Amino acid sequence: MTEGVQVSGSLRTRLAITLTGGAAVLAVLLFIVVRNYAAQIAQQGQDSILSASVTSILDAAVIRDGVVEIDFPYASFSMLSTPMDDRIFYAIYQDDTLLSGYGDLPRTSGTATRAYQGSPVRLVTASRVLIGANVRTRISVTVAQTQDALSGTLSRISRNVALFGAGFFALATLLSIWATATTIEPLKRLTTSVTRRGPQDLSPVAKPVPLEMVPLVASLNSLMARLGQSLKQSEDFIAEAAHRVRTPLATVRSYAEATLQRVDREENRQALRSMIRAIDESSRAAGQLLDHAMITFRADHLERDDLDLVDLLRELVLRLTPVAEMKDIDLHLQADGPVIINGDPILLQNALRNLIDNALKYAPGESVITIRVDAQPRVQVEIRDQGPGFPPDEIDGLTGRFSRGRNAAGTIGSGLGLTIAQDVAAAHGGTLALSNLPEGGACVTFSL
Amino acid sequence: MRYLFSVILCLWPLWTMAQDWEDRQVFQGTDASRTLRILSSTDTSFFEPIIASFLAKTPELSVEYLVIGTAEIDQRFRQAPDRYDVVISSAMDLQLKLANDGFARRLGGVAHPDWAQWRESLFAFTSEPAAIVVNRAAFEGQALPRTRQELIQALRARPDVFRGRLGTYDVRDSGLGYLFATQDARASETYWRLMEVMGSLGTRLYCCSGDMIDDLSDGTIAVAYNVLGSYASARQQTDGRIAVILPSDFPTTMMRTGFVSSQAQHPQDAARFVRHLISLQSDPVSKDSLPLPPLSTDSAGQSAIALEPALLTYLDGLKRQTFIKEWVSAIVQP
Repeated sequence: MTEGVQVSGSLRTRLAITLTGGAAVLAVLLFIVVRNYAAQIAQQGQDSILSASVTSILDAAVIRDGVVEIDFPYASFSMLSTPMDDRIFYAIYQDDTLLSGYGDLPRTSGTATRAYQGSPVRLVTASRVLIGANVRTRISVTVAQTQDALSGTLSRISRNVALFGAGFFALATLLSIWATATTIEPLKRLTTSVTRRGPQDLSPVAKPVPLEMVPLVASLNSLMARLGQSLKQSEDFIAEAAHRVRTPLATVRSYAEATLQRVDREENRQALRSMIRAIDESSRAAGQLLDHAMITFRADHLERDDLDLVDLLRELVLRLTPVAEMKDIDLHLQADGPVIINGDPILLQNALRNLIDNALKYAPGESVITIRVDAQPRVQVEIRDQGPGFPPDEIDGLTGRFSRGRNAAGTIGSGLGLTIAQDVAAAHGGTLALSNLPEGGACVTFSL
Repeated sequence: MRYLFSVILCLWPLWTMAQDWEDRQVFQGTDASRTLRILSSTDTSFFEPIIASFLAKTPELSVEYLVIGTAEIDQRFRQAPDRYDVVISSAMDLQLKLANDGFARRLGGVAHPDWAQWRESLFAFTSEPAAIVVNRAAFEGQALPRTRQELIQALRARPDVFRGRLGTYDVRDSGLGYLFATQDARASETYWRLMEVMGSLGTRLYCCSGDMIDDLSDGTIAVAYNVLGSYASARQQTDGRIAVILPSDFPTTMMRTGFVSSQAQHPQDAARFVRHLISLQSDPVSKDSLPLPPLSTDSAGQSAIALEPALLTYLDGLKRQTFIKEWVSAIVQP
C-alpha cells in the first residue's frame, strides 16, 4: 500500500516533538524563572535581616564626652542566627578609622556580595552622621554573613522546582501523546475508509471530516470523480472500438469462408484457414472486451433479481451443446433442485458462459465436462473438465486481465474470460477459485 | 658574651614553650607514634579520665595536655593555630569567635543536637552552671542565700563579716568570667546591684575558679560569685567547709566546648578525640563516672547560654570597653 510513496517525516512525530519540545522548553523556562525569583526573594530576606542588624548597631551609636560609644544590643547579632550556623563579620568605622570589628572586611556601599575568608559573604553597609557639642562625625557599619543557609534554601527550592518542572513535562508529554493521537485519528479513519473500498469504487468520501482535512478530501473526491470519468471514457472507448472492429471482422470472416470454398490449392486453403482462425480470435477478443466493459459498468450498478441458478445454467448448456458436440464433449449438469439466488442475471450468465467456454476450449475431445450446482454450505458452481488443467505455477495470476496460461498457445482466447468471471463473482460478494483435480483436469469453483 | 647570647637565643623558644603553662602533661599511649596537642582551660584532673579512656582506645597516640586560662588560649591559639590539634575552653564566646573566624575544622557526621554545636565545628560537651559558693562558717546560724537578691540582702545585713572577704572573676583577665558577667548583665539589672554592693565591701578578683575555691576553703574569703559550679561541686564532695548555691532566680549555664584546629597537624586523630569526648558525655554509663557534668538533657539550649553568633557582641572592642568601664567603676571602688 505504502510502497512507491515518498515519506517525508511523520505528522505524528512532528506534532509530538513540537508539543513535547515546547513542554520541555517551558519546563526549563519555568525552572529558571522560579529559581531566579526564589533566589531574589531569599536574598532579599537575608538583606533585610542584615540591614536590621546594621540599623540596630547604628542606632546605638552616641557621642559621650566627644567620644563615640556604640553599646549595640545583643539582638544585633542574635537576629543573624541561621539553621546552617552562618558565620558573621562586621566592621564599624568612624569616618575612615576602624572603631571595631574586622578591619580586613571589604568596604562597600549598600548591599554587595564579596568573597571573604574563602567563602562568599553578603555585606550590608549603612552610615549615620553623629553631631556632638563640637564634633560632627560619620559612623558607618558593615555587617556581613556567609550564605550557607541561603544556598541551602536555594538548593531545596531548586530541587522542588526541578521536580515540579519534571512533573509538568511528564504531564505535558502525556497530553501531547493524547493530543497527537486524537488529531491523527480522522486521518486514520479516512485512510481506512479509502483502503477498504472495492477496486471499482470511486464514489466521493461522504463521511464528515475535520475542517482542516476538507481541502484534502475535496481534492481527493474531485480526483476520484475525474478518475472515474476518465476510466469510464476509456471503457467506453474500448467498447466502441471493439464494437466497431467486430462488425467488419464478421464481414471479413464470411468473405474468407466463401473464398475458402472456392480455392483449391492446399497452401492457399491453409492460409485462409489461418486467416479465419485469426479473425475468430480477434472477434472473440472484441466480444470479450465488450463483455468486460459491460461488466465493469454493471458491477457498479448491479441490477439484482431473484433467479434460479440451475435454470440459468440449463439454458447455457442448451446453447453451448452444439459447440460441445462438435468436439464430442458431453456437458453434464448436476443439480439437486432449483437454487434461488439474488443477483444480476446478465452478469452471471456472462460469467458462467465464459467459464464453460474455457472448459470447452481446453477439454480434449470425447470427454465430459461436469457442471455441478450446490446450495449448501454456500451457493457455488463447480465446473470440472478432463483437460490438461492449469499450469500449477501460474494458477494465482490467471485471473488477471489478458493473462493466459502457457498451454493456451494453440487455443483461441483473449485472456479476459477468467477476469470477467472473477469480477462478476466479486461484484456479488463471492470468489472464483481455480484448482487442478488430482485425477487430472481443471476445476473452477464459482461461489457466491 | 656572644656565645652566651646565642645559647639564650637557641633556648629561647624552648623556654617560652616550656614555661608559663598553668599545667603541662604528656600522657603516653602504650604504642605511641604521634602526639596530639590539646590546648585547654580545664584543669588536668578533670580531663585525665577522659584522656585515659581515649588512649585505651587509641594506643598509637600520645596526648600533650596544655592548660592555660581562657583568654590566653584565644591569644596563643590565634598566634599559632598549627601548633595545636584540639582546643577546649569554657569561654563559649571566644570559642565561637575562633570558629567564626575560620579556625575550626568542620567535622561531618557527628550526631549531636543542634543547640549543642555550631557549624559542625564547635561542639559543646558539658553543661556547667555558674554558682555562688560560700564558706559555711561565715553563714553560721544564718540561712544560705538562694538568689542574687538574697545574697545582696545578706551582704548588706552583715557588712563587717564580708568586708574584704568577697571574690569573683576579674573579667578583664578571665574569658569565662567575662562571659558569665556579660550574660548576667544581659539577664538582669540585679547583677549590677550585686556588683555595686560587692564593690562597696571590697572584692578580691581572681583569674580562676580553683583559686577562688581554695581561698573559700581556708576562709580567706566568705563568698565567691560566679564560680564554675562543676569545680566547686567536685571540691564540696571532699571539703565540707564550702557550700555551692545555684541561684534560683536565673541560672547562667555555660557549655564547655571543643573544636579541631583548622590547621591541626593530626586532624584525623583530633577529630577522633572530639568524637570520643562527645560520645563519653552522652553515654549514660560513663557520664556518671566522669568528673565533668554532662550536657543537661532537658536544657535544649534554654537555660544554657546559646551557641550563636550573638556571642560575638560582647567581644566587640567598643562593647567590651564600655562594659569593663562600667564593671570596674562598680567593683573597684576607691
